[in-house]
Amino acid sequence: MDSSQLLGITTFTYLFSTILYAVIFIFRAKKLGTATTIFTLVAFLIQTAGLALRWQESYQMGIGHAPLTNMYESVVFFAWTIILIYLLIEWKFKTKIIGAFAVPFAFLAMAYASNSGINTEINPLIPALQSNWLIAHVVTCFIGYAAFAIAAGLGFMYLIKNMSASRQTTDDSTLIGSLPSLKVIDDITHKTMVFGFLWLSLGIISGAVWANSAWGTYWSWDPKETWSLITWFIYAITLHARYTRGWGGVRIAWLSIVGFVSVIFTYYGVNFLLSGLHSYGSS
Amino acid sequence: MNKKNPAWAFFASVKLALFTLFVLAVTSIIGTVIPQKEPASVYAEKYGANMAQLIDVLDIADMYASWWFLALLGLLSANLIICSIDRFPGVWKQIKADNLSTPVDRIRKMGRRESWQVEGSINDTATRLAADLGSKGWNPEQLEKDGGILLFGQKGAWSRTGVYIVHLSILVIFVGAIFGSLLGFKGGAMIAETKQVDSIHTFDTQESIDLGFTVRCDSFGIEFYPNGMPKDYRSVLTVLENGKEIQTTPIEVNEPLTYKGITFYQSSYQGYSDFLVKLTSEKSGAEKTFIVPYQQKTLWAEENIKFAVAQARAAGQTVSAMKILFSVGDNEPTSFWLDAGGTATLEGEAGNYLLHGKQLYATGLQVAKDPGVWIVYFGCTMMLLGLCVAFFMSHRRIWLFIEDDNGASNILLAGSANKNRTGFEKSFEVLKQDLQQS
Repeated sequence: MDSSQLLGITTFTYLFSTILYAVIFIFRAKKLGTATTIFTLVAFLIQTAGLALRWQESYQMGIGHAPLTNMYESVVFFAWTIILIYLLIEWKFKTKIIGAFAVPFAFLAMAYASNSGINTEINPLIPALQSNWLIAHVVTCFIGYAAFAIAAGLGFMYLIKNMSASRQTTDDSTLIGSLPSLKVIDDITHKTMVFGFLWLSLGIISGAVWANSAWGTYWSWDPKETWSLITWFIYAITLHARYTRGWGGVRIAWLSIVGFVSVIFTYYGVNFLLSGLHSYGSS
Repeated sequence: MNKKNPAWAFFASVKLALFTLFVLAVTSIIGTVIPQKEPASVYAEKYGANMAQLIDVLDIADMYASWWFLALLGLLSANLIICSIDRFPGVWKQIKADNLSTPVDRIRKMGRRESWQVEGSINDTATRLAADLGSKGWNPEQLEKDGGILLFGQKGAWSRTGVYIVHLSILVIFVGAIFGSLLGFKGGAMIAETKQVDSIHTFDTQESIDLGFTVRCDSFGIEFYPNGMPKDYRSVLTVLENGKEIQTTPIEVNEPLTYKGITFYQSSYQGYSDFLVKLTSEKSGAEKTFIVPYQQKTLWAEENIKFAVAQARAAGQTVSAMKILFSVGDNEPTSFWLDAGGTATLEGEAGNYLLHGKQLYATGLQVAKDPGVWIVYFGCTMMLLGLCVAFFMSHRRIWLFIEDDNGASNILLAGSANKNRTGFEKSFEVLKQDLQQS
């Protein structure tokens, strides 16, 4: 059993997990709830084992490093953090409906990682990446990204519920009615964004400290840095609008989606569409 | 500070903050799409004469240092400062408020409230409840008023400053950045092996800056992984003052050398067509290093040795092996292949010689002095602490009013929190049950 097999299995388990959460939502099959959570947890543990094994394999190749160094590894890690944060949200807020809007992101990430033809090999670290800051920077950024992905899923959920005739109900008699109340979705969206904002701030700061120790400049307005700052601005605007101007509901739901588009551009678009210092991720 | 002043109100408004952040977010995109710091001709060729003129007028070629972008950052700073000055006194009042003076009528109308009755005098009840609150960290104050006893306790009053800590942290980061750009510099130096420099050139103005000491590149080397990817760029640098060697330090990417506030980062390299050859006489211990041009005969007069690099094998710019011609005195020269960076032992009449040969490199160093960086890091730490306080802590207040009811005590518990009201509701419920059972 090697790491690529385990990560390959992960793609299918997350697909199945997505289907289970969709079934819970669409057929209001609450009985499946516990089984779905356990299945997702097992899928998560398989992926964790896959990541750990890939880490170990890199040591066997004599080029040991954390599996966080190219596009493939980062997408896999993105899926991992999405599931981790989703399971925490499910545990804290005691609702399984969010799964249908959050777990698909993890499946899509894994499907992209395995099938898009990006390089899946374990490569040695180029000198610029040989730093202890690598793990701190990547982990903090991706916790932020994953939280924003889930916030966007929640925003989408809010908009669906808000458009429907049964927007005021929270019973299981209709599909949309089975979603949590608008107030609850709004509250969880906000809390998830706050969480993401803190980690994005940590990610930007750890990146700045690293850049300073590698190049002597903590900020050089390279496209990746600038886009992370643009994303930070968008969420800062969202939080201010909510705290001081009482924005909520539809507006915040849309902003959670706009913010996530900016996250995706920061993460993915910059690597492929723009050039800059931060080009490790595109290979 | 007249708060009715419209200019003051404008700069203190959150609307301005939202506007400025929005404009900063949108305009920041420009510099990620249009390449920065290219010569004017590049823009003319790429975007046409008219656009190039616009790029010139708006300083788009270096937009993050342009007058209008800096003005936006200035506007954001003014907004942060004035908004904080405008709001902070009110917040301070909330922190320092005398909550025992809260009218009982208002406590009776608070959203979160519960009342119940217990046996015993109000004095006994108050003493017991105060002790209870104290043990839960509420540090209650007490006052007799309106024929009863009022207890007040609070937690996290200071958390109201969290958002101002974040605002201040952004200003601290700006101060650090300005400080660094005024008193520091960023530049580079290309030093060939065995050579030394005592000044460097800044990147922006190409101005020469005197280091105040000398830096010599003793050696530079690259290592590759088996698959050809670079593994390591490493230079050995020696710092000299007044011709005296102070320290010798190997540097690589991510592991710079700092001396007297100036930091040297491994950033690039250049391979020459010359060679670096070091000869050592085993017998006398004499040693000399030569920079040898390709295919040019060189003489070590003291030892009467002649040598040359006659041929070289290279992949791209990198020499992997070289063919050396070597002779002592008038003997026939020997010729042999030497791997780059390798050492060969050669026989001479008066003993053996060691020959070490490699391609000559220059190390490319990024040289920076930034005395503001610690201010920036302090600001970053402040920001993270401030965000945690602002997001995860709240100011929670509880009042207990105890009134006599024919020898028994009527207890009214009320409370409020400035944030996370759902969380407060739960802890209020727990507190109520604890107090009722005590």
